[in-house]
Amino acid sequence: MQKVYTRIESIVGNVITVRAEGVRNQDLAEITTSQGTGYANVIKLDGDKVSLQVFKGGQGVSTGDSVRFLGVPMRVSFTDDLLGRIFDGAGKPRDNGPELTDNMIDIGGPSVNPSRRIVPKKMIRTGIPMIDVFNTLVESQKLPIFSVSGEPYNELLARIAMQADVDIIILGGMGLKYDDYLFFRSTLEKSGAMSRTIMFVHTASDPTVECTLVPDLSLAVAERFALSGKRVLVLLTDMTNFCDAEKEMAITMDQVPSNRGYPGDLYSTLASRYEKAVDFEGAGSVTILGVTTMPGDDVTHPVPDNTGYITEGQYYLRNGRIEPFGSLSRLKQNVNKDTRPDHRALMDAMIKLYASCKDSEEKRSMGFQMTDWDEKLLKYGSLFESRLMDLSVNIPLEEALDEGWRILAECFEPNETGLRSDLIRTYWPKER
Amino acid sequence: MSASTGHVTGVNGNMVNVAFDGAVIKNEVGFISVGDTRLKSEVIRITDGIASLQVYEMTGGIKVGDEVSFTGELLSVELGPGLLSQVFDGLQNPLPELAEKCGFFLDRGVYIDPLPDKEWDFTPVLKEGDKVTAGDFFGTVPEGLFTHRIMVPFSLQGEWTISSIASKGMHRSHETVCTIENAKGERKDLSMIITQSVKTAIGGYAERVMPDEPMVTRIRVIDTFLPVAKGGTYCTPGPFGAGKTVLQHLTSKNADVDIVIIAACGERAGEVVEILKEFPELVDPRTGRSLMERTIIICNTSSMPVAAREASVYTAVTMAEYYRNMGLDVLLLADSTSRWAQAMREMSGRLEEIPGDEAFPAYLESRIAGFYERAGKVRLRDGSYGSVTIGGTVSPAGGNFEEPVTQATLKVVGAFHGLSRERSDARKYPAIDSLDSWSKYHGIIEKEKVDEAYSYLRRGHEVDSMMKVVGEEGTSLDDYIVYQKGELIDSVYLQQNSFDPVDSMVSVDRQKDAFAVLYDILRSSWDFTDKKEVRSFFNELRQRFLDWNSTAADDEAFGERKESLVSFYQGRRR
Repeated sequence: MQKVYTRIESIVGNVITVRAEGVRNQDLAEITTSQGTGYANVIKLDGDKVSLQVFKGGQGVSTGDSVRFLGVPMRVSFTDDLLGRIFDGAGKPRDNGPELTDNMIDIGGPSVNPSRRIVPKKMIRTGIPMIDVFNTLVESQKLPIFSVSGEPYNELLARIAMQADVDIIILGGMGLKYDDYLFFRSTLEKSGAMSRTIMFVHTASDPTVECTLVPDLSLAVAERFALSGKRVLVLLTDMTNFCDAEKEMAITMDQVPSNRGYPGDLYSTLASRYEKAVDFEGAGSVTILGVTTMPGDDVTHPVPDNTGYITEGQYYLRNGRIEPFGSLSRLKQNVNKDTRPDHRALMDAMIKLYASCKDSEEKRSMGFQMTDWDEKLLKYGSLFESRLMDLSVNIPLEEALDEGWRILAECFEPNETGLRSDLIRTYWPKER
Repeated sequence: MSASTGHVTGVNGNMVNVAFDGAVIKNEVGFISVGDTRLKSEVIRITDGIASLQVYEMTGGIKVGDEVSFTGELLSVELGPGLLSQVFDGLQNPLPELAEKCGFFLDRGVYIDPLPDKEWDFTPVLKEGDKVTAGDFFGTVPEGLFTHRIMVPFSLQGEWTISSIASKGMHRSHETVCTIENAKGERKDLSMIITQSVKTAIGGYAERVMPDEPMVTRIRVIDTFLPVAKGGTYCTPGPFGAGKTVLQHLTSKNADVDIVIIAACGERAGEVVEILKEFPELVDPRTGRSLMERTIIICNTSSMPVAAREASVYTAVTMAEYYRNMGLDVLLLADSTSRWAQAMREMSGRLEEIPGDEAFPAYLESRIAGFYERAGKVRLRDGSYGSVTIGGTVSPAGGNFEEPVTQATLKVVGAFHGLSRERSDARKYPAIDSLDSWSKYHGIIEKEKVDEAYSYLRRGHEVDSMMKVVGEEGTSLDDYIVYQKGELIDSVYLQQNSFDPVDSMVSVDRQKDAFAVLYDILRSSWDFTDKKEVRSFFNELRQRFLDWNSTAADDEAFGERKESLVSFYQGRRR
């Protein structure tokens, strides 16, 4: 199977075609061009015509270049040596470290049997009150962060990577600006979290094909760590770039586009990645937090729309904060009943009051007279925003709940909050 | 039946081209040998001597020249006692058994017998010499709560005579229990298990009749305003997060049917897990047995192979028709038909067919119509009735109902329950937009009264929109009262608290009772001096109504709360 083929018949975009025999679908091949050696994988077979997508792109490939089929599908090494390392979208080291070739595992493996899944019920603490208190992240959950370009979503991910209470962090970067890559690297190194982190990073200037491989690489490794008992958090940024790369590949392959140029299988493509989030009974878990930038802040754009149908809720990042209104963690009910008795009630009460505060703000902006109650609400709103919503706040859940009670006590009388009397007796700050 | 062989000539995604010797039937099943594994696939097109197969598994590792063996049989399911309470994938592989064999992952190329070879207590109902045709039953076995009829295969042609039949007693499901002969002298051995092609509707009944009996879901807005009939069809489109799946789960728990088949088609695996863990624990109030005993789950979630997703809804509807022919009422819930349509789109793209709207294939509408048309109420040859009701969710892109799948579905269904983002954002559940939605069936309450209630809802909505422009000051007192009446219908009747043990499921009698009071309120008029008074009156009315709603009928406070509500509005009546 190590035969070398030197007649490339066509080169269209990133896809080349050679005539070869005995080649298997999705096998990996090595292609040697004047610019060096790179990989390609088989995406279509038609008689002896084999179509391959070239990871480094079609640019500079000559019809006389040689293609050698390796007889194995795309693989990645899975060892503990991965920890602290940084790779590119083809699985090659980015950090001048040695290449890893031990214990190679297939990427894009089969899906988990639904009858073996369990109901998720373990909370992941992140130290961010807007997540822990209001939309709790649960092990094995898949959640996107919907945001427009320019919002500090990468800062948020880095913060979660540093603070989240998990064993291993895997960061999959797709179409990252080089500066963002450097930011992630230096932030994680400085905080000391790098030793439990693995990064697969595709930057904006890297070849498109490699972008499409990042989620599979990250999730294949995550799955193996989870099977060995580790609680893994996979951070993917930015899934919209991944979809755009898929779109580019589909158009090159003459696929009929369905909606705004995206391929018809976008839903399945995304679902097969996000559904890798799982809690293995008796072993570890994979949790996925992705960033989906919404072009033009439009949630009906095909990427956020399809994502929303797949994921278990979403966080909206607006004006540098996680919005309390549109954001939703569908699994929070599974865990927030067991944290502290006041958790759910306080969460609901604070959100209701914050919604009233927004109404008062609207009234104020229209020039209406402010009542005493409006003033109280406005004060509450600004305290809430600065002491809990700000992304730099890093406190454990219990302290965040206490802080919530303190804010309420600074603004309202107990009976104005709509909270149950027994909770008020227990938790209302006494010094007042 | 031929059993041809062939070899692979091309692979494109989950489509494989095969050159073959002998004859190949369109839609027959073939197995592709890849190393030691055999991958199940279906012939979907034959052009110029090349068969195109859609593979029900991942196609990685297939190479040109791999051997293919055709079975000569269309894609089929096995029907027989033991289907109830099972969990299958789209091709009828039992998932728990698969997990025992393969562990956490769905390894490809592993197929397990869907029905366990178990002993059943067989009772013959016919004797030697009796004449039978397809669909007649010659014996019964008890299966959980039901008497399971053992039937003559539905694909059999002509009249046959029973030449021997097993005696009463325990028999294994794969064992021959009956032998039949026809005039030409052909013999057939029948076991308790029938193999039935999934894309062929099951016949074997006397006639189809009008669906006329309401299927009670215990959800007020459905039973009263937007009813579904036993044997009817309905669809539930809605944007993500609007509560489609929650609504279907509630329906699957409470619907007054004999059997519920849930086809989780291309949705989250987590949602199926909730059913799997919850249903065995829940007690069916009608029978006192576990809910799981009347449930079959067909589960082909979003990350499982796409071609099997396409098959899964047919697998589900075939099982539904099978139980219908035993004189049972079956409800099939498909979540979501959009994912099924997308599976067709993916395949159509690979076949390079000329695309229609949003790249869906041109035959999208006829396939959707063909699927929903398999619902219906039938009179069986023994005079009893059975029905298949189909409820499908639709996940329109961007929540916009003007898209091909929603539109094609609306053409063929009998009721439309459209969910709105606005209502779900305002936490008004169930988020069915009652003004947009419609139903062609008769519900539990006289149509005239429902229409009148509807007119208040509609006018209330108009006043509401007007008030947004002219403000409350610019609205007349009469209009304001109409608006408050509309709001009252919404808050005490259309909305239902699914977390409240009493309010989450409301019996027919109770709905009639509550509607009568509501109807009386709508027709009442009072003397009010200003809007503030109107508002506080309706606030109080709403509060009393909700208190009554959340009181159990056998609670001693029930009568008292109703009385306090009725006397409150009647006492102030003009």
